[in-house]
Amino acid sequence: MSEWRKPVPRVDAESKPFWEACRRHELYLQRCRACQEFYYYPRNTCPYCLGSDVEWVRLSGRGTVYTFTVTYQHGGEGFRDEVPFVIAYVELEGTGGVKMLTNVVECDPAQVRIGMPVEVTFRDVNDELAIPVFRPRGE
Amino acid sequence: MHFSRQAAIVGVHEHETRWAPDKTDFQLAAESARAALADAGLTLKDVDGYFVAGVSGMAPALMCEHLNIRPKVVDSTSIGGTSFLAHAAHAASAIATGRCEVALITYGSTAASRGVAVGTGGRAGYEIPEQYELPYGLTTVAAYALCAQRHMHEFGTTSEQLAEIAVTFRRHASLNPHAKYREPITVEDVLASRMISSPLHLLDCCIISDGAGAVVMTSAARARDCAKPPVWLLGAGETVFHPEAGKRDFMRMAASQTGPIALGQAGVRLEDIDLCMIYDSFTITVLMTLENLGFCKIGEGGAFVSGGRLALDGELPTNTDGGGLSSNHPGMRGIFLIIEATRQLRGECGPRQVPNCRLALAHGTGGTLGTRHGGVTLILGRD
Repeated sequence: MSEWRKPVPRVDAESKPFWEACRRHELYLQRCRACQEFYYYPRNTCPYCLGSDVEWVRLSGRGTVYTFTVTYQHGGEGFRDEVPFVIAYVELEGTGGVKMLTNVVECDPAQVRIGMPVEVTFRDVNDELAIPVFRPRGE
Repeated sequence: MHFSRQAAIVGVHEHETRWAPDKTDFQLAAESARAALADAGLTLKDVDGYFVAGVSGMAPALMCEHLNIRPKVVDSTSIGGTSFLAHAAHAASAIATGRCEVALITYGSTAASRGVAVGTGGRAGYEIPEQYELPYGLTTVAAYALCAQRHMHEFGTTSEQLAEIAVTFRRHASLNPHAKYREPITVEDVLASRMISSPLHLLDCCIISDGAGAVVMTSAARARDCAKPPVWLLGAGETVFHPEAGKRDFMRMAASQTGPIALGQAGVRLEDIDLCMIYDSFTITVLMTLENLGFCKIGEGGAFVSGGRLALDGELPTNTDGGGLSSNHPGMRGIFLIIEATRQLRGECGPRQVPNCRLALAHGTGGTLGTRHGGVTLILGRD
């Protein structure tokens, strides 16, 4: 595991299950049992009805690129030496169109396209934390 | 309910500086406050409402201490660079209900001389949603670029169309003696400038400068005794847009909600607008704001901004001061939209004056379009 120099998520009471799943390299989202709506980011009151009857659901981890940008200039620690890199919104399969901010990795930035099929993979920060990112997948 | 000429802008000042390494943020704000009050023919003793953004912590207390005032109304609504437009709306309400009579709005920043990388520095702070953003390296530029890329994909918008916005505002800046960049540029220059975050080039991005500004507002009764003719706040709309729990259509922005509200309050139509002051953090911000306000359909902004429509001699003169793309951008530009609109409505703009400018629309977008942004529309008019 190489040293993680980028910002580390500050895990809180509501995000803990999400990040714990990521540590196991599994992607989970919450869904409201009353509204039947998936949502992101994680929170324990449904953003449609404010109800607390919400469940964690494991996703396939597949998605498509909704939009992206190739970043060439970044002053932040951990990113400065990584440019150019790809920041994207990925639309997550099976969620009714929920989009998640992420990086697209393991490909030439010039090959990234809107609509491109991708799948989740994880970058281990340490023994406690892993960050979900996406890489190209076959159709 | 609408404002119906109950509150007027009677004093404005845009600080001439673009580089002030020997001054503090507070000093710049105080200098602009002094000049805006003088512009109105008022003094610090008249101020009984105070509005501020861009100061961290207990902002109104800190700035009121610096200015040595104890107003009846204070407000530090903080929704990014557009905050000052919200302050103007709140000041008008406070004046209309008699809670204060003379409102002062200030801003001062030495972002450039302190070397703040406003757009590309990587962001600090850890609000709850940011744990899902910061590990990915989302910069301010990148967050707008995400919308630009999607716009190009859905509607075929081109880099050339975005570039024309930057070229037009630079031409306006060449007529503004205080603008930081005044040398004309071409579409080719924009496209040849280095890519910051695709599809946004360096010249698609606002500049970084020092700067300051202040606005003084008062009641209709009091405005009649002021030094300059009143500029009325006729309508206002404000909101915040965000990722909507993951379901947002990123082609829609706050302006789609605030524009119709502000126009409705003012009882005017887009066709009546003589001048637009649009927060131009990036070229894409202008294009999408014009769409979302309804000047054209969403997706048609590329064609709309082409052919010189936004130029001083075009159908819809926009950002006549040169905007944040060329004149000044100390991090939060909203107050300058109000100041330039006021000066245009007074007819004070010399070589960049819009002939017979009677009605102006100012729209600010603060924060980041690709995540959370505040949006405020103001309709301003003269007698």
